[in-house]
Amino acid sequence: MFILPALIFVAVFLIYPFFSIFAMSFTNQTLVGAGAANTQFIGLDNYAELFNFDRWMRRGELGYSLLLTAQFVIGSALIGQAGLGMLLATLFHNRKGLLRETIFTIAIAAWLIPDVVVAFGWFAYLAPDGTLNAFLNTLGIQGQDWLFDYPMISIIAFNTWRGTAFSMLLFSSALGSIPPSQLETADVIGANAWQKFRDILLPQLSRYILTDLLLITLWTFNTFTPFLLTGGGPTFQTDLISIYTYRTGLQFFQFGKGSAIAVVVMIINLLLAGVYLTLSQSRRRA
Amino acid sequence: MKPLTRLLLIIVVTALGLFFVLPLLWYVFAPFNEHARLSVSIPETPSLANFAEVFSDEMAMRGLLINSPIIGIGTMVIATVSAALAAYGLSRSNLPGRQLWTYVLILFSSVVTGTASMVPIFRLVYDLGLINSHVGVILSMTGGLIPSAIFIMQDFVEGVPRSYEEAAMVAGASPLQIFRDVTFPLIRPGLMVVGIWVLIHAWGTFLTPFILLRGIEKLPASVMFYRFFDPEGSPRITLIAAYAIIYTLPVLLLYLIINWRYGFRFFGGIKQ
Repeated sequence: MFILPALIFVAVFLIYPFFSIFAMSFTNQTLVGAGAANTQFIGLDNYAELFNFDRWMRRGELGYSLLLTAQFVIGSALIGQAGLGMLLATLFHNRKGLLRETIFTIAIAAWLIPDVVVAFGWFAYLAPDGTLNAFLNTLGIQGQDWLFDYPMISIIAFNTWRGTAFSMLLFSSALGSIPPSQLETADVIGANAWQKFRDILLPQLSRYILTDLLLITLWTFNTFTPFLLTGGGPTFQTDLISIYTYRTGLQFFQFGKGSAIAVVVMIINLLLAGVYLTLSQSRRRA
Repeated sequence: MKPLTRLLLIIVVTALGLFFVLPLLWYVFAPFNEHARLSVSIPETPSLANFAEVFSDEMAMRGLLINSPIIGIGTMVIATVSAALAAYGLSRSNLPGRQLWTYVLILFSSVVTGTASMVPIFRLVYDLGLINSHVGVILSMTGGLIPSAIFIMQDFVEGVPRSYEEAAMVAGASPLQIFRDVTFPLIRPGLMVVGIWVLIHAWGTFLTPFILLRGIEKLPASVMFYRFFDPEGSPRITLIAAYAIIYTLPVLLLYLIINWRYGFRFFGGIKQ
């Protein structure tokens, strides 16, 4: 009885969409025009169009978009957020003081500030006469038109900056649960920092690392915020899968094709979740 | 520590600090500079003119003072209450593997939200006749946030000793009475934490209102930013900077309050 309200929300806004995406992906439904008045079952036509291998690696097509998304996820989630989060968490492990508080607070602020605000902030930051180039110039380095010439690197840096706090906090609280005596023993026998990290911290963190990687991979895969920074451009160079779905489904209102993309996205998400869960299971058994 | 290691450490920490600070530097100066550009410059004569112009823009203020609060508080109340009820129901039921259920739900909500669900959610809300209404936005956002909200709430509910409820049951209270009079007051910190977490989310979300709302008089502040674009599409950055500050401050204040009041514990650590 208590569960009922939450159950209704979950059923209507999570489970129903899940199945309706499948159903819609086999139709030619659109918001206006012929497909709206007369929606027809067209079988796998949407999928055939998406997986037309003659052209799917062209700019603005599914294959190209998936490739970009893979680069984005590996760069900004796995290397950027998880790597930097781990670095920050271990650097400031068992340390207190102003420096730790300042860096943690700014990282958390980067994570809390609303999407639109950080997007404009980064827009100004990366502009040709923006803060980054001004800073580089003082170091004697020639500035760039980052968003135009290096759009993918720009959104990877952006998403790393945006999301590192999550991994940092997760690893930081996980490190807190490791008994300090183990590190002290290692100090006594003269282990260096890298050995301590590799042999004591890393094994005990691996469960948390898997959880962290699973969640940030899914979130990064689905994030829409880079749209606010680049709009998917220039010339589709940052056409992530979320932006591709938006363009097809809600800018051109091709619901059928948009749903087919969404099905592909969900299947990839489920596969990713499956891989991580299998890994964590096999670890537990070992 | 060896001097070389120490030097290396200083360099790494400085680089990390710069990486996080530099992108925000612009917001420190631009809002107070009448002639702000995309470059960072300390204004010669700091002024509040940008703020004055934003305050005099009726639609922008409507987004900030009416639409965003309606959406934020609406989502907060509905999501928090349903999550509290569900977490309570789950923790007091004998359902096998109830921890697993919430985990599966969270995973499911990570798979279905965002990219994958925007088309069907739009269709659903369209069929319900709720396009361009705050109710549609509130309900859709609540649906996406509930799994994580239940997850965070469970920590708090599990912390309430059952003996209190058993005493109330012996005294003849109904399950609803027990929840209202015994459990509810005891999980108030949990309600605060989940509520503020939901509010920060709903306040900052761009995609859902962007898709579901059409009329400018309905837009929350997150989408209202596009009001500060010239007809040619170039942004009027002075106003955007000022608006961003007013829009962001409540979120940061809420974070500071929760941090000061409860300490920033890592509540299972969920943010989508």
